[in-house]
Amino acid sequence: MAPAGLPDAGRLIPSRPALAAKARLRFDRTSGGYMLLYPERGLALNPTAANILKLCNGELTLDGIVERLQREYAERPAPDLRQDVVGFLEEMARRGLLVEGT
Amino acid sequence: MSGAATPRPYTLVAELTYACPLHCVYCSNPLDFARRHDALDTDDWRRVLREAEQLGVVQVNLTGGEPLLRPDLEAIVEQARELDLYSNLITSGIPLERERLQRLRRAGLDNVQVSIQDPRPAESDRIAGYESFHRKLQVTRWVKELGFPLTVNTVLHRENLERIGEVIALAEELHADRLELANAQYLGWAFRNRAALLPTADQLQRARSVATAARKRLEGKMEVVFVVPDYYVEFPPACMDGWGRRFMVVSPDGLLLPCLLAHTLPGLSFGNVRERSVRELWTSSPGLTAFRGEEWMPEPCKSCERKTVDFGGCRCQAFFLTGNAAATDPACSLSPDHGLVEAARAKAVEPSAELVRFSYRTARPPSEPSR
Repeated sequence: MAPAGLPDAGRLIPSRPALAAKARLRFDRTSGGYMLLYPERGLALNPTAANILKLCNGELTLDGIVERLQREYAERPAPDLRQDVVGFLEEMARRGLLVEGT
Repeated sequence: MSGAATPRPYTLVAELTYACPLHCVYCSNPLDFARRHDALDTDDWRRVLREAEQLGVVQVNLTGGEPLLRPDLEAIVEQARELDLYSNLITSGIPLERERLQRLRRAGLDNVQVSIQDPRPAESDRIAGYESFHRKLQVTRWVKELGFPLTVNTVLHRENLERIGEVIALAEELHADRLELANAQYLGWAFRNRAALLPTADQLQRARSVATAARKRLEGKMEVVFVVPDYYVEFPPACMDGWGRRFMVVSPDGLLLPCLLAHTLPGLSFGNVRERSVRELWTSSPGLTAFRGEEWMPEPCKSCERKTVDFGGCRCQAFFLTGNAAATDPACSLSPDHGLVEAARAKAVEPSAELVRFSYRTARPPSEPSR
């Protein structure tokens, strides 16, 4: 799964990522963007991050998520986009915000 | 403060009541909590949630005292859910039955935080002044069975810091999603009990390295948070992320506050949500604006580059230690009053000749002169 040169990348990412029970996406009408809320914390998400998390439905694999995003971010080279997604999901997983879909 | 825009609050701390079956020796409620009565009814709280959400609040911590003592907790949770607020119940777990927890789940509660005073039953009950350990564990099991995320919070101090490994093991066994290893902060009841609670630097350092190792080991499974006591930092943290900046607290008597103890500081007046809107109080109550921003700051804060990082530290700590809420937080190594903190630390390493007794949280304030 890991792209060449990043042997450890994606180590924590579930194979079919879903948002953990403690996390909730909320549209924020003050900023016009999405926030990810979990106990004692909140992350203001940029549009790309929000789009990635919306695809974490427990059914799509990492490849599936990248493929879906590729349609919307056609100008971004596929390996770069994949690396963005891996980096972001790895960080989310590190915070315990992703679980394995069922 | 002039010119600057009023900051957006993100979190509402709703203190639903000061009543609690426990008597914890480091309780964060004011010493005179018993003189303050629950003034807000269900509709008041519903309105507070609506008005707070309109100002930008996205999270609500339902706390106390013991919020479970409010029979209308379910209705308040329902309102939070309707507003799409992330709700967190901060509880001792006493008194709670499984059916009620299930009702709270249906009402839309997001997270449950249960306090466990110590990993050992007798010690936990002693700190709480109430036999509660085994029932707390039962509650944490229900929390997980019903599909809630679970936060375990343990307050650390000189008597239990050495057992931090046991605390972590217990939290793992309970499948906690988040573990807060929060050292007592020496304000209010904990200030009264400081001699019995303040750890030594060595104790703290050992505990911190155990917590750090656990955080790495449990990464992605359980979030481990270790909070250092302000008495052992070089620079104070940004208390409440800054006065009247990101957190708003509504006390059981209806005051809109920047923190849990601000209404015990002399000379500050905070308006009541029964008389004014949340927006008006947040924007312009004299107490809220007193220490917002930087204009109130004394030296060495005023010319310090950290002033926008720590906002001068904790106003309540400044008051408890120096009698002046507008002083630089003495926890800061640059404060002219830092010697007060150093003296307390030095005392923590002396073997105490006499047994230090706890002052349990009780309705009768221990040092309050009669009127």
